[in-house]
Order: sequence, then C-alpha cells, then structure tokens
Amino acid sequence: MINLHHYLVVASLMFTIGLAGLVIRKNLLVIFMCVEILLNSVNLVFVALARDFGLMEGHVVVFFVMAVAAAEAGIGLAIVITLFRKRQTIQTSDWNLLKG
Amino acid sequence: MTNEVLLTTIPLLPLVGFALNALIALVRARKNSSVPEKLVSFIACLFPILAFVLAIKLFFVLKGDHQITAISTGPLFTWMQAGFIDVSFGFVLDHLSAVMTLVITGVGSLIHIYSTGYMHDDKGFARFFAYLNFFLFFMLILVLGDSLVTLFVGWEGVGLCSYLLIGYYFNEPEKASAGKKAFVVNRIGDFGFLVGIFFILKVFVSNQLDGALLSFAFIQEHKELLAPLATLIGLSLFVGATGKSAQIPLYIWLPDAMAGPTPVSALIHAATMVTAGVYMVARLFFIYEMSPESLHVIASVGLATAFLAAMIAIVQTDIKKVLAYSTVSQLGYMFLALGVGAPQAAIFHVVTHAFFKACMFLGAGSVIHALHHEQNIHHMGGLFKKMPATALPFLVSTIAIAGIPPFAGFFSKDEILWNVYQHAPRGMYLLAVLTAGMTAFYMFRLFTVVFMGKFRGHHEPHHLGFNMILPVAVLGLLAVVGGFLGVPEILHGENHFHHWLGYLTQSQHTETANHGLEMNLMIGSTVWAVAMSLLAFSLYSRNLNWTQTLKQRFAGFYKIMCGKFYVDEIYEFFIVKPIRLISEHVLWKGVDTRLVDGLMVNGSANVMSLTGRLVTLFQTGVLGNYLLFLWLGLFVFLIVVFS
Repeated sequence: MINLHHYLVVASLMFTIGLAGLVIRKNLLVIFMCVEILLNSVNLVFVALARDFGLMEGHVVVFFVMAVAAAEAGIGLAIVITLFRKRQTIQTSDWNLLKG
Repeated sequence: MTNEVLLTTIPLLPLVGFALNALIALVRARKNSSVPEKLVSFIACLFPILAFVLAIKLFFVLKGDHQITAISTGPLFTWMQAGFIDVSFGFVLDHLSAVMTLVITGVGSLIHIYSTGYMHDDKGFARFFAYLNFFLFFMLILVLGDSLVTLFVGWEGVGLCSYLLIGYYFNEPEKASAGKKAFVVNRIGDFGFLVGIFFILKVFVSNQLDGALLSFAFIQEHKELLAPLATLIGLSLFVGATGKSAQIPLYIWLPDAMAGPTPVSALIHAATMVTAGVYMVARLFFIYEMSPESLHVIASVGLATAFLAAMIAIVQTDIKKVLAYSTVSQLGYMFLALGVGAPQAAIFHVVTHAFFKACMFLGAGSVIHALHHEQNIHHMGGLFKKMPATALPFLVSTIAIAGIPPFAGFFSKDEILWNVYQHAPRGMYLLAVLTAGMTAFYMFRLFTVVFMGKFRGHHEPHHLGFNMILPVAVLGLLAVVGGFLGVPEILHGENHFHHWLGYLTQSQHTETANHGLEMNLMIGSTVWAVAMSLLAFSLYSRNLNWTQTLKQRFAGFYKIMCGKFYVDEIYEFFIVKPIRLISEHVLWKGVDTRLVDGLMVNGSANVMSLTGRLVTLFQTGVLGNYLLFLWLGLFVFLIVVFS
C-alpha cells in the first residue's frame, strides 16, 4: 500500500535532485529544469498532505504554483533565448561578468 | 502715540535706514551702476535725526515729571524660554540710558551728516551708510535694552559693525586685518562678559528663582543674593568692558581700529561704542558697590591705562593714532571714576568726551580729507590759516580735553579728580593729575604741529563742503558749553548732571564739604593743565630743536615709547605665537590631519574598502557558488531559529 510517507520520500528525493542540479550543472536550460523539479516536488507534498488531511487548500495552492511556474517558464525561456542569441552559449560559466 | 511706542521706535528707525541703504547697495552692486548719493545721504541722515528728535521728546518727558523714573515698554516679546529662564525683549529709558541715547543719536546724526561729505565719491557709499545706521541700531539696543541679555545683543552687534567698518576698505590687507584684530580681541572680552552673566544666572537658579532672571530690575531687586559672588561677577563683566572699552590688557585693538574711515573712528571708536563698557559698569553699579575689591581693580586698571596711553600718545606721529591713544587714555579716566565710586562723573566724562573727541576726530578727518589722505602730522602744519573753520573747533576741543575752564572737559575731568582725591590713595590722585598734564601736553603738541607754523605738506588743502564744516562747528560749540551740564556746587552751579544720575549710587557720599580744599585743587589742576599746554605750544612752535635734544638725551626711552612699550610684540610672542604653534602642530597637523582626517575620515573609509575587498572574494561569478551560499545561509538561519 502506498501511503503518505512514500509520497513525502519521493518529494524529498526530487527536491534533493533539484537542489543538487542547481548547484552542480552549468547548462542554463538544465538549471531551469531543476527549478521545475523543485517546484513539482513541493507540489507533490502539497497534494499528498491535502489528500491525507482531506482539505482543499493544498490543491488550490498547487494550482497557483503551476500557474506561476508556467509564467516563470515563459519568461525564463525567453531570457535563455536572448542570452543564446548574444553569445551562442548558455553555459553559466561563460556568463560570469558580475564578479568581484 | 504713547511714550512706550515712541521708545520702541527709537532703535527701529536706524534699522529702517540700514535696510533701505543695504537694499540700494545690493542693487547697485548687481547692476554695477553709480550710487544715488543724494538719496542715500538723505535716508542715512533722516532716520538718526528722527531718532534724535524722539529721544529729545522722551528726555523732556522724563525731565518734566519727577514721578517718572523710567519709561519702560515692558516685555515686547518673549525671545527665549527655557525652563526657569525667561528672556524677553524690552526697552527701558531711565535717566542713564536717556543720556546715552541723546549722545548716540545726537552725535551720531552729526557724524552721519559729516560722512556724506567725507565719503563723497566712495565706491561703497551706500554700504558705508548702511553699516553706520546698523551700528546706531545696535548701539541703541545696547543702551535701551532692559536686560543683561538685550544689552549683550547690542554689545555683540556693535562689535560686528565695528569690525565691518574698520575693515571697510577690505581690499587693503592691513586694514582688513585691523578689523579682524578688533573682532578677536573683543571676543576675548566678550567671553568674560558671558561668564559674568552665567555667574548671575547660576546664583539665581541655585536660589530657585524664576522669571525674567536677567532683567536689570530683577537683578537689582535680588542683588543681596549676588553679594557673595559680587567680586567674581564684577570682574568677569569688567573683562568684557576692558575689551569693548579698550582698557589694559585688551586696549591694543583701538589704535589699529583707526584703519577705518575717520567718521567711523569718531562715532564708534571715540564717542559711543567704546563707552559701552563704562555704561555697563554704571548700569550694574549696584553690583560693584557690593565689592570694593572689584572697584579697586577697575580704578587701578583705568588709571594705568590712562597713564600708559597718554605716554604713548606723546610720541605718535599719525594724527589719528594720537587721537586713538588719547581716547584710550580718556576711557581710562572714566574707569578710574567708576572705580572710585563716581559713576555720575564717569558718565559725565563720557558725554563731554563724546563732544570734544568726536569734534577732534571729525576735524582730523577734514584735515586728512583736505590733504588727500595725508595722516602724518609732520607733513601738515600751518593749517590754521588755510582751514579756519576746522581749526577753531579743533582748538576749542583741545582746550576742552586739556581741562582748562570753562570748556567741557574741565568740569568732567575735575569732578573725576576730586572724587579720586576723596576716595582713593594719594598716589593715585597724583598719577591722575600727572596724566591730565600729559593729556594737555600731547593734545597741544598735536594742535601746534598740525595747525601752527609753516605748511609742510605736499598738496594744497582743497575746499571742504558745508556738510563737513557744520558738524565740526556744532560739536565744537558743544565742547564749549557741554560742561555747564554739571557745574559743581563750589562754582555756584547745581551740578544737574550729578543729580540727574544720583540714583546710580546707593550710598550718598557724605560730602565732607571741604570747599576750600576743592577750590585749591581745582585751581592747581587748571594751572597745571595751562602750564603743560603752554609748554607743548612753545616747544613745538618755536623751540623744535629742544625736542630734538630731548629725543637724543632720552633716546632709549623715546624708542620704547615709539614702540608703544612693545605691548603688541609681547602679546605676539607670548600669546599669539604659542597659539599659532599649538594650532599648527597640535590642532592642525595633530588633531585635524592625523586624528580627524587620518583616523576618522580616511580610517573609516579604509576599513570599508578593506572589508569590501574581502567580501568581493565571495563574488565568484559562478552561479553554483551563489546558490551554495544561499543554501548554507538558509541552513544556518534555520538552525539558529529552530534550535
């Protein structure tokens, strides 16, 4: 039987993968995907707990998060495209002008 | 209008004149156009004369009714209110300030009229009259103010105007620095004045009084409380007086103040401002009466100043310098009178001195003006024939200051001498008489060298306008008749002046009524003055080679006298230089450069930039690092919050 714990474990695994990806990877597109993984792991926690407690609020928040994530994806991808057009690269190691 | 309104108007009139002329000066400076001299002169003279008319009217109100001892406006507005201190602005005209107001506005008006001729074609015509009116405003505040604080406002204001007018020709460095010197030396005195005020305040506050603590009425009412500190208060205030009234040790600024235009010297540095110290001591005489010690100090300082300045005056060759040292010397006389408990005599001498010294300064101004700014008396001579309208009043004033009856100076000086004889050691009296003889000597020396003998100048004196002759003549006339205000009883006079100011002293001296002695002393001092005058006259008109012999015989002493006893040099060495050195090496290079600039300003900047350089090491430009720091920070934060 799959219960709440399984969902939470999966969610925390996804969160960890997302975090690790953010820190380790240098491809902006992959970093972007990692952010999506983070958001979805949180979404998973929300729905799992909402179902467990029998409350609707969690579901509602998930919809908000999805909407925000969609908007963020739109803007984020636009930035990625602009950056690529400027230098033909989206490696973060190549975009390091702001440093001390 | 009521008397109170008129009283408030008196000081405000010159302020209006100042505002109008200052406006003209500013507009002119902007447009760079020529000054409308007629308009400026009209404004400048109108308001002091109006003030004089009002002052006369109020004087007769006071004189007419013996019930009225003073006209007071009461508090016009509250100026400061801080806890137990309540300072309001108000004017009071009693017998003392009435005398001062009449002198200030009267002599002031004459000098304004004179200045319209003297300053003709000067670039700063409007500015000059603006300052002059401004000075009258502050001087009237000084004498009419009903509290020590109001007096102090006027005191500082006249100091400012004095500075502005001494340094009137500010594009000549030594004149500008003479103004600065006057200001700085006065500031030293003002410090003492402030300390005196604070002492009074402290006594009243520690006795838990409140209200208008510093008004004269209040101080007089509670003067018993001041008795234990009377000497301290009296001497602190007297330090202020030594600054403003040019007494030892702070007299050094007055001779330098002659850098200003001559009417300024006449108005500010002879007739009015320098007598502010005398006025202040007379005003607060009830405090000084409680402290014989401070009176002794005042008498000694006054006498020493009178004597020293008279010695220096004998050898000066600049016409204005002679008059300046003479002023210092006469001011010393006034303080001597105060010191022996005769403020009436002191104020009487203030009045007569204002007449004859203003007359002499204006006369000197006429001479300087006529001779194209020649000030050395050895380049003058023989001017009596060329400028009789100036020379005659000058002669009259010279006789007056020498103390020869029946001219003004005789009566006031003799009253002082008589008081000194009665209430001071015999030595002081003899020194005072000796100084009187020296006064006669140096004044007749000046007169003889300038007006008698042959003309030794380079330029023929040019014609003087009516506006420069009239004031001198009027002042000369006053120098003749001014003394009759206070003819002593022994000469069958009623000594109006003494009775008019009788309330200044508490203890009426029981007149020893030794009329025979008084008469003898009077005759003695007159003969002495006449003898010294004749001596000077004959020495400098006929026997000039004798003066050369004297100079050679006493060469060393002559040199010291010419060097003005090297007081300036001594101050320079013992006070100015150490202050300069400390300022430069400790305050400037030590405190300012090292501590403030080095440690505090640049130090804090250096710390910041060092910190900045350290912190920028974290800005690697690698996105992953930033995120790592973010997580680590969050981690630490969570631990701190939830542990």
